[in-house]
Amino acid sequence: MSAFDWLPELLERFKADYVLIHEDAAVTTVGRARVLELDAEDWGRAAGVAAKFNLRWAGGWADQLTDQLGGDKLQINACLLHQGDVLLLRTRVPVTTPVLPSHTLHYPGADRMERHTQDMYGVVFSDHPDPRRWARHHAWGENEYPLRAEFPRMGTRGDMPARTDDNYRFLQAQGAGLYEIPVGPVHAGIIEPGHFRFTAVGEQVLNLEQRLGYVHKGIEKIAVGRDAVGAARLAGRVSGDSTVAFTWAACMAMEQAAGVEVPLRANYLRAIMAERERVANHLGDIGAICNDVGFAFAFYQFSRLREDWQRLSREVFGHRLLMDCVVPGGVARDIDAAAVAQLRAAFAPMKREMRELMPILYDNPSLEDRLITTGFLSESLARLLGATGYVGKASNCDLDARRDLAYSPYDRFKIKVHVFQDGDVLARMRVRADEILISLDLIDELLAGLPNGDVRAEWPMPAAGSEGLGIVEGWRGETLVYVRFAEDGKIARLFARDPSWFTWPALEQLIHGNIVPDFPVCNKSVNGSYSGHDL
Amino acid sequence: MLRLFNKIRKIGVVTEPVMPGRDPAFEEIGEQLHARVGELFSGSLAIREVDAGSCNGCELEVHALNNPYYGIERFGVHFVASPRHADMLLVTGPVSKHMEAALKRTYDATPDPKLVLAMGDCGADGGEFGCSYASCGGVSKVIPVDGVVRGCPPTPLELMKAILALIEKRQGG
Ligand code: SF4
Repeated sequence: MSAFDWLPELLERFKADYVLIHEDAAVTTVGRARVLELDAEDWGRAAGVAAKFNLRWAGGWADQLTDQLGGDKLQINACLLHQGDVLLLRTRVPVTTPVLPSHTLHYPGADRMERHTQDMYGVVFSDHPDPRRWARHHAWGENEYPLRAEFPRMGTRGDMPARTDDNYRFLQAQGAGLYEIPVGPVHAGIIEPGHFRFTAVGEQVLNLEQRLGYVHKGIEKIAVGRDAVGAARLAGRVSGDSTVAFTWAACMAMEQAAGVEVPLRANYLRAIMAERERVANHLGDIGAICNDVGFAFAFYQFSRLREDWQRLSREVFGHRLLMDCVVPGGVARDIDAAAVAQLRAAFAPMKREMRELMPILYDNPSLEDRLITTGFLSESLARLLGATGYVGKASNCDLDARRDLAYSPYDRFKIKVHVFQDGDVLARMRVRADEILISLDLIDELLAGLPNGDVRAEWPMPAAGSEGLGIVEGWRGETLVYVRFAEDGKIARLFARDPSWFTWPALEQLIHGNIVPDFPVCNKSVNGSYSGHDL
Repeated sequence: MLRLFNKIRKIGVVTEPVMPGRDPAFEEIGEQLHARVGELFSGSLAIREVDAGSCNGCELEVHALNNPYYGIERFGVHFVASPRHADMLLVTGPVSKHMEAALKRTYDATPDPKLVLAMGDCGADGGEFGCSYASCGGVSKVIPVDGVVRGCPPTPLELMKAILALIEKRQGG
């Protein structure tokens, strides 16, 4: 780890580009992140410098600050990562004229998150290339901003039914033989809702435009006023398949804010659960990817393994998906020696199954035919969009928060990260298969070295205005949660950023030139979260 | 290819309850379900699953019904791609305001007589998300609901019991 040895040079470059960093900033760190405050007018230029310096843009959000913290201001945040260090750029704009430059020109991955901030807070990113609405459909008015303090939790329209999301200006293309295929929001399979607009010529996809936000259920708004336990429960439902990742990230953030030291045993148990979540989802995805090209054998084999895995989770931790098992200060319940033995006993059979099954998949010519070169995402596009997790790793982006940020307990282990250069559906499947094996080893090591001690620390009253930024490696990739507490130990702001924010746009790119019937398998190989993204 | 067949042979049939000691309750419910679906739906109950705002946790458990342990299709229950083919809607999530219209349209597109099962604590009353500017709350706030299965998420067995209870209720009523 470099511990910010690159920062002086970045500061020099800021200076050279007339980006003024406030020396007198009240807050200099949030958790492990270094905070740099700057003027709103420098916001865009700062992103330009950071992008040239190869900092990765990992999330952006706003926060309305109450009186004693600075009057009627909106605080705009952007989280940047570099060499295992976290930087938080910050600026403030008046609520009355919340205008500042955009980061999207320098970081295309910032596009939708800025539009989200635009819809939720009324922030105007003056040079944003695409200021269409994103989170907003027709459930609230054009000049209403749900995350502003004065906007009532119940909204302003009572029970008035919301219109469908009509009038959204999709990109139009015209020409002989071109046609549009609208799909969704209700899809044919058992999946989450969203709208896809294809422009195709014959079988070939010329363009795909996504319209998401259908499962927007006001998570950021209803987080406000919750206590730590309630906020953790809510975070665990941002995306149900990533419940451990989000609860852990939220608890990490809240623990930083409250100054809580989590017992080491609890962190080990969190990691065991996080790895179990990774294995469960990867198993399900491998089967589903194969199923999308009609290879039912793999679907049944892998859904069988997933079911075994979930049943064991329920026996040991009390929940098939591990919901509410991570709590502020630690974990909800300890496991005894018998449970440790039970978890360890699952290791060898699962490994054997994987060793038997994966060669069958890799050797199958019809699978090869459908998965190799399908849905190709280049490394440069993956980096440009900020893809992490299996999407990034399949396109040679060697990123993994467990290793790069080395948070407890992963700092005690050597985390193997497998990357591929191919960038296709097969590579995204292979990352998953390899990660299952790596996670199995890791779970075994964690269980072998499970330290004694408490599993939950006392929860104190967090100080008013205290903040935290939790980043963990979920099964989909890097998962981030920001929290700020109000006076009474209640949440003033919670922002949860799913890795899908960066992989949904990647799907729009990697589908180019593929045939329409390959969309399901491409989509599955990315498996973005709708709920995690829509909030 | 040989390895593939070998694997199939070695694993055999895991479908409940052939592997002893695993949830005999499931088979019992399944048999009842099979019988009722036979009587009431000529052996085939078509369900259209609609995510109206869920966190995706409920969907994972609906998926599980199709894994080889539960294999719900062997009882005559299958998930269909269009509401026009459905006897029953299985609706998850608090209904987000953004899905309100789509859910109503899906309901209207489902031919009568139809059954609606609201799934999960969210489907029951909004669950963790409750009602807000963005959430209508439970499914019954938007379309008529015939049955509810609570849980966050309900397990596959609970879900199957609820499907059985719902079609039995229809038979009674
Ligand atoms: S009931 Fe639970 S699992 Fe189902 S959608 Fe609601 S929060 Fe998710």
